[in-house]
Amino acid sequence: MTEFIIRRLLAAIPTLLILIIFSFLLMHSAPGGPFSSDRPLPPEVLANIEAKYHLDDPLPLQIWNYVVGVVTQFDFGPSFQYKDRTVNEIIAQGFPVTLTYGTIAFVVAVVCGCALGITAALNQNSWLDYFAVGISIGAQVLPNFVMAPILVLIFTLWLGWLPGGGWNGGQWQYMVMPVIALSTSFMASIARIMRSSLLEVMHSNFIRTARAKGLSARAILFQHALKPAMLPVISYLGPTFVIMITGSVVIDLYFTTGGIGQAFVNSALNRDYSVMMGITILIGCLTILFNLIVDILYAWIDPKIKL
Amino acid sequence: MSDTAIAAPDGHVETPTKGRSLWQDARRRFLQNRAAVISLFVLGLVCLVAVLGPFLAAWSNEEVDWSVLGDIATLGAPSFENGHYFGVDELGRDLFARVVQGTQVSLMVGIVGSLIAVTFGTLYGATAGYVGGRTDNIMMRLVDILMSIPYMFVLILLLVVFGRSMWLMFVGVGLISWLEMSRIVRGQTLALKSKEYVEAALAIGVKHHVIVIRHIIPNLLGVIVIYATLLVPQMILTESFISFLGLGVQEPNTSWGALISEGASTLQYGTYWQLFFPLAFFIVTLFCFFFIGDGLRDALDPKDR
Amino acid sequence: MSLLEVKNLSVEFDTPDGPVRAVQDVSFSLGEQKTLAIVGESGSGKSQTAFSIMGLLASNGRVTGSVKFDGTEILNASEKVMNTYRAAQIAMIFQDPMTSLNPFVRVSKQMAEVLMLHKGLSKTDAIKDSIRMLDAVKIPDPARRVHMYPHEFSGGMRQRVMIAMSLLCHPRLVIADEPTTALDVTVQAQIMDLLSDLQNDFGMSIVLITHDLGVVKGSCENTLVLYGGRVMETGPTSELFAEPTHPYTRGLLHAVPRLESNEAKLATIPGNPPNMQHPPKGCAFSPRCGSANDRCVATKPELDWFSADRSRACHLSQEELV
Repeated sequence: MTEFIIRRLLAAIPTLLILIIFSFLLMHSAPGGPFSSDRPLPPEVLANIEAKYHLDDPLPLQIWNYVVGVVTQFDFGPSFQYKDRTVNEIIAQGFPVTLTYGTIAFVVAVVCGCALGITAALNQNSWLDYFAVGISIGAQVLPNFVMAPILVLIFTLWLGWLPGGGWNGGQWQYMVMPVIALSTSFMASIARIMRSSLLEVMHSNFIRTARAKGLSARAILFQHALKPAMLPVISYLGPTFVIMITGSVVIDLYFTTGGIGQAFVNSALNRDYSVMMGITILIGCLTILFNLIVDILYAWIDPKIKL
Repeated sequence: MSDTAIAAPDGHVETPTKGRSLWQDARRRFLQNRAAVISLFVLGLVCLVAVLGPFLAAWSNEEVDWSVLGDIATLGAPSFENGHYFGVDELGRDLFARVVQGTQVSLMVGIVGSLIAVTFGTLYGATAGYVGGRTDNIMMRLVDILMSIPYMFVLILLLVVFGRSMWLMFVGVGLISWLEMSRIVRGQTLALKSKEYVEAALAIGVKHHVIVIRHIIPNLLGVIVIYATLLVPQMILTESFISFLGLGVQEPNTSWGALISEGASTLQYGTYWQLFFPLAFFIVTLFCFFFIGDGLRDALDPKDR
Repeated sequence: MSLLEVKNLSVEFDTPDGPVRAVQDVSFSLGEQKTLAIVGESGSGKSQTAFSIMGLLASNGRVTGSVKFDGTEILNASEKVMNTYRAAQIAMIFQDPMTSLNPFVRVSKQMAEVLMLHKGLSKTDAIKDSIRMLDAVKIPDPARRVHMYPHEFSGGMRQRVMIAMSLLCHPRLVIADEPTTALDVTVQAQIMDLLSDLQNDFGMSIVLITHDLGVVKGSCENTLVLYGGRVMETGPTSELFAEPTHPYTRGLLHAVPRLESNEAKLATIPGNPPNMQHPPKGCAFSPRCGSANDRCVATKPELDWFSADRSRACHLSQEELV
């Protein structure tokens, strides 16, 4: 187990290095970037950059310094836009917001999606099943950037129930629409995967054995069917996490939550490369970490996989 | 005389019953799938709008209709009288012309993007699978590494650094998705490689590139077609996502994502049509691609046969 | 009174292409501590017969007729009622031990849950009993192996686990659905020996479903031959084997490979089992029968009890058979 985790973390190192070096080179070669002299920057910002990157050093040494800073202190350097803020400060401000509603949305998507999928599978070809299948097909074409304006149209403009944006310290009214907008399409995907996987499991021979043992439908579901049926859902959670965190950019922007996605888009529009890089690398780390958790979870459920 | 074909009294020569090829069989199955056929038809209509739209529109996509600009919420609504079939956008431009333009761009991104992804992914995956051994191992390890890179963020980074050109968008969106494709193709190639007919071809000394062209690629075609169809809506979604953020195609160009973003930002003024029309095109097209993809999968999936 | 009494059992499935009759008018009875073999090719309806006794038909299946267990009608009983019979009174051994055990659950739990449910034992007691039962089916080192997952057992060992699991509550009837088909030939004999040993020890009745006549000969008092969902011939195994009266039975027996035979080619019954979507109008076997006449093609033969314990469904007299 421990060996597996260490091995996986070691395997993640090249990924992160590639990501960091690639981003750095990209930033370095950017036309109009801070390293080319054709854009006038405030002298304080320039001083910050010089202090951090030692622009006179040879390029490999610059990369090395940046990597060391990121790896040892999680230090992404100063912002290229704001003279008195570091990338870490900007991330520290936005990340908790995104993490809060993102986690809620993730849990909602998984729990509701599984529940919907299980209900549909256990009542195959009933109206419940058709309903569940119907929404999961519909939600395929309703990504978060479509859901968000539709929700605002209904709950803010027509019904006037919920505020159309803002965060307000994470009050629940401000969280409802971000959570729904972010979770809907994943809930639908998870429901669809759960349904077909549970249907397949319920038709398998070992479920027939369980029935022949006189177990109740409940016991069969919880003791025998759920574990194997969860496996495809679990392997879907890795990609879900990535797409969800990507989707949070839209949510942050549209609902002006002040989350990390808003910082990312702002820095993209302002060419604040160091913030973009910092956020990209942070999300790369989270992705790797989450994939590791998913792998461990998978191995924990499937006895045939030995860690 | 004995070697002439058996002729019926009326001179009609009996043709031997022909075996149905895989593709004929697939076409028959596909045509039986009502949702897929309807989707194909609707998608044809959408494409037709994209092609013929500029000739149907009463206004160009750049003209500003000054007569409605002052009061778009009431005067700019969809109407046949002033030629704005879909109304106007917030700058007074004809929304029909804009949607046509957006449709062209979005469909183009979808198709070009998935072509790039499919070509690159197929070549990469087929090479890894056919060569096998260490090469395969290293190539697929590289795919694993690239898989855990947050692509959307890197793509946006690329777009910001190198300027938001349409071609960079096409290539970038395409390069996001080749990884999955290469994995699928590699798996299929590995399975095909151990088939008897490939071994037989090897045994009688057929050259590798001939085997790849004659045996591997034709058998991969079904999988490639299915995934290409399912990739197109994903490409469209990705492009729309980036354009929604305002980081994609730039004015005066537009796409569905950009139009949806504009429509979404003006909702509070009651100009719902600005969201409705691009959204309707977007949703209908995605539905069509999904249904066609599903139909193709059912038609070509050897599991069912 | 017999333990199991099956009368006019018919099973029909609703499929997208119309209803399919899998079993028609099957009747038999089985006494305490007796063994009945149900023999037939694949698709002859033997497994569906077993499933309908257990109430385990697929959801699109419908069953009519009567199944009396110890005098009580159990056909089409509610799930709740059936669950009191399953494993406790009637247990089933499935065909494929590779897929019939849950690969995600330890053997200990899969076995213990039966005892906890039907006998109300505590988990520790249930596992102790399970270990004893694994020992009875001759699994070495059962105390350690009980905590393993099914994939850690070999095929033959898994079938032993399956058998042990079915016997946990000392059921009065065990239905064994092709228990040896998925196993190596050498293991097959071991499993059959084990089953008959266990029958002596536990005193249960067995319905053995098989297509392997070699298995039947040694271990079953009575045999029922099924073809196309219908009973072709029944009787005491020894008599039926010595003097088969139905052309299908004769074909089956003839097709058993024999070591002493000098023929180079294995004997077969020409043709294929009938498509149950479009069953033959007359006798189900008529398309493959060497002696069939017009009557065989036109009308279905009734089951005829020509002696106290033997019956056959054939229009032709025994002398008329080729």
